[in-house]
Amino acid sequence: MTGNFRLEQAELEELLNLLVEKYGYDFTLYSRASLYRRIMSAAVRGKFSDFASLKLRLATDPAYFYSFVEEVTVNVTEMFRDPQFYKALREKIIPILATYPLIRIWHAGCSTGEEVYSMAILLKEAGLLHKSILYATDLNQSVIESARSGIFNIGSMQRNSENYIASGGKADFSTYYRANYNLVKFDESLSARMVFSMHNLVSDASFNEFQLIMCRNVLIYFEKPLQSKVLELFDKSMDTLGFLALGSKESLKFSTIAPLYSAVDVKEKIWRRKK
Amino acid sequence: MNDNGRLIAIGGSSGSLDPMMKILGLLRPGFSIPIIIIMHRGADSDDSLAQVLQSRTKLAVKDAEEKEPIKPGFVYTAPADYHVLVENDHSLSLDVSEKVNYSRPSIDVTFESAALVYRDKLTCIILSGANADGALSGAYAEELGAGILVQDPATAGVSFMPERALAVLKNAKVLTVEKIAVWLNELQ
Repeated sequence: MTGNFRLEQAELEELLNLLVEKYGYDFTLYSRASLYRRIMSAAVRGKFSDFASLKLRLATDPAYFYSFVEEVTVNVTEMFRDPQFYKALREKIIPILATYPLIRIWHAGCSTGEEVYSMAILLKEAGLLHKSILYATDLNQSVIESARSGIFNIGSMQRNSENYIASGGKADFSTYYRANYNLVKFDESLSARMVFSMHNLVSDASFNEFQLIMCRNVLIYFEKPLQSKVLELFDKSMDTLGFLALGSKESLKFSTIAPLYSAVDVKEKIWRRKK
Repeated sequence: MNDNGRLIAIGGSSGSLDPMMKILGLLRPGFSIPIIIIMHRGADSDDSLAQVLQSRTKLAVKDAEEKEPIKPGFVYTAPADYHVLVENDHSLSLDVSEKVNYSRPSIDVTFESAALVYRDKLTCIILSGANADGALSGAYAEELGAGILVQDPATAGVSFMPERALAVLKNAKVLTVEKIAVWLNELQ
């Protein structure tokens, strides 16, 4: 942080209140340290010289607001991130999902879609994709568009392919996409089973029931009360005996729904709803 | 235990494991100022850093967990592939946002957020490394009143990181690893 102004605590709260009132986006229960850092980075990139000019721009320019939200929320992801987690899905969860006539999965906070495509590949390899629907939601419209396109940078494919192999993948990863210059497009048989839509975990309601809800590395950005609220939303959206998968540093521990779930894989953070 | 409301944050990259272990080993019995350790390493490393450090100290060493209150007598290691931040209520939070200085965990991320909360109660330490991480945030922490100790580049396995820090810091103390431990022991 050099040169630019620094947001005071009170100014940060004022800004968050403006975003709720003007746009209905509520960040007031986001963890402050990360949020502060990202708002400051966005302010530096936007070349704002003081708080007033940042606030004015956000108040008067909806297009800027949406790009601001995208900058402030974290959209870092990769395919088969934490390969051991996907291995656990392959070995412990997918065989159970296979018994359902229709498999509904919710990727909450799907960002640019890497995790959704990873899941579709797992299902395809298990011969279950044709009877699965992957619901992928995020609060950013632009990342949803990007996810829907199935287009990714070729630069990340080596890492993705390594992860895929480490997760127990046996195929040649490059058979899942076509490369064109520096971009790759994933096979449309994968995206054909995906439904993308905007959904804000802070303010939007349950919209279906799922056998598996994946929400990895989203809750870490929320304060405890919001974490609980979102976990309750997941519980409301959970099919009988459905599975919940969180990020490697996230937990159900101490949450209000914890007694309703039993751990399936403690290390990989997978729980199952009790009857 | 009396930690005077202080916090210590130690950042290191290549060549810093040895100095980290030495510093922890030299802290006197009953030392209770909480310590956060940010050490660059591979994204796929497990929690063995905490175990390795634990072998050298009676303080409790553990990977930082999200929303965990910072407690006296504890040493928190930044988990592989996560940034660690400090919240206003003196708890820790984790973040998997973009790498900073090619690093996650990044020293800059932790120093900056710790300085915003702890100000002059924060002591930052920059050890050996081949990266500029910790330099700009060290200068920022200094502005907010934090004390900065830098491993004497002449004694560092890789001198680049201490040198880069010293190029932007104004009041940093340049010390050998042994003297850093002495300094910390006197803080309490």
